[in-house]
Amino acid sequence: MKTESALEKVLASGQLAVTSECGPPRGSNPDKVREKAAMLKGFVDGINVTDNQTAMVRMSSLAACIIIKEMGLDPIFQMVSRDRNRLAMQSDILGAYAHGINTMLCLSGDHTHFGDHPMAANVYDLDSIQAIQMVKKMRDQGKFQGGDEIDHPPKMFIGAAANPFADPFELRVARLAKKAAAGVDFIQTQCVYNLDKFETWMSGVRDRGLDKKVAILPGITPMKTVGMAKYMKNRVPGMDVPDEVIQRMANTPKNKQADEGIQIAVESIQRLKEVPGVAGFHIMAIEWEEKVSEIVTRAGLWPRPEF
Amino acid sequence: MGYIRPYNRILLIGCNECVTVCAAGGRKEVGILSSALQIASMKDGKPLEVKENTLERQCDPEYVEELVGQVNDVDAIVSMACGCGVQEVAKRFPSMRVFPALNTNFMGASESQGVWAERCQGCGDCLIGLTGGICPIARCAKRIMNGPCGGSTNGKCEISPDIDCAWHLIWNRLKSLGIEDQYETIIESKNWKTARDGGPRKIIRKDLAE
Repeated sequence: MKTESALEKVLASGQLAVTSECGPPRGSNPDKVREKAAMLKGFVDGINVTDNQTAMVRMSSLAACIIIKEMGLDPIFQMVSRDRNRLAMQSDILGAYAHGINTMLCLSGDHTHFGDHPMAANVYDLDSIQAIQMVKKMRDQGKFQGGDEIDHPPKMFIGAAANPFADPFELRVARLAKKAAAGVDFIQTQCVYNLDKFETWMSGVRDRGLDKKVAILPGITPMKTVGMAKYMKNRVPGMDVPDEVIQRMANTPKNKQADEGIQIAVESIQRLKEVPGVAGFHIMAIEWEEKVSEIVTRAGLWPRPEF
Repeated sequence: MGYIRPYNRILLIGCNECVTVCAAGGRKEVGILSSALQIASMKDGKPLEVKENTLERQCDPEYVEELVGQVNDVDAIVSMACGCGVQEVAKRFPSMRVFPALNTNFMGASESQGVWAERCQGCGDCLIGLTGGICPIARCAKRIMNGPCGGSTNGKCEISPDIDCAWHLIWNRLKSLGIEDQYETIIESKNWKTARDGGPRKIIRKDLAE
């Protein structure tokens, strides 16, 4: 084992892992974090804590991770390279590890264009692949990115994102290969609605043996309404929602659409469980954390293993 | 206009170099702006005297020297050069107010008649030998060195359908050159010391410097 990460333990045991997500509040009330995290307790192996998601200011990922850690749960510290240079990133990683946080996710982050401060400077000192290299060097060589020795190096289990659906599609396996070569341990993917395309991507992943090097966790996001499905298809960059899925939501009476969204999520997990190389699921129920336990249970992913 | 409102006589100077090529601050634009300023001042009920001159290069002290003798009977100078030219003029005339007429944007190329787009950020450590002749620092919205990110759709950047995804262009170019295997070589984190992050930059060519 490279780390003390609960997620690493589950993956190493060969069982399907489950992670979920908690977006910190747009304010400083710690109870908001506790409420969301409490809904996930016992149903997931790790809780991603987003880092100024969609480039909107929120409570810092590190602070919310500490709150979740203090609840006895396992936060996954998300870090985007949009807001910090490599000095700030490394100091936050040291701080996170000092608080017992041992799992993180390296992302570039949504461009500031999308957020509430489009006038802000973008940092992008590193990209996500270079950030993975940095965290791995801190862990495995005990050195800062600049080369100096670290006293008590942080041992982070390193995650990253992959979007099997963005263009150019032919490049998507190659980009994963770069993340694997950089040293990533696990991958959480963009929300999967186009299962056929995901399976095509996975077959490319297996052809190169990448599923043996990196644990792949497809992203699952239940849709609440047909409106949300259409929004995701048309407005969210890099999202692939097939027309059949939209039609299925549209054909469902309005008061039953949320249930149908959950049903689609459960069916997706059941089908993807059978895909070789799938190591678990990342269930992102956006502002709908109370439904994660139901999805996990109905998809046959409960109880969670204990170590 | 706000800059020059307090003044009655200004010297408006253009530059024959880059700003002429991109139709922003050459002789022609000096003439147009001069007329516009005078008309606007007349509407305000306050005549404005504008002297015009367009230098060969405003970023070169040798040419800025030509202005000596033309600044004595004006209250302020307005420069239509890039930020470099404005500063050279300001340096030469320490007691004059010198104002920029342009917002200097970027180092770019002409995509078609009247269309310019950014191509180079002058980072001081050129990558484009590794990226098929297309710069991800200047042309990717997140200056990602190992792209494309997950927001690339139909060859366009997630921030605007009017912006090409630089990494889509790079990938197509590597393929057309038959060197797509180069894509998987990780471009290591950049040394930004050679860019603006290392402080203001200066180049000294010993063979040319006096």
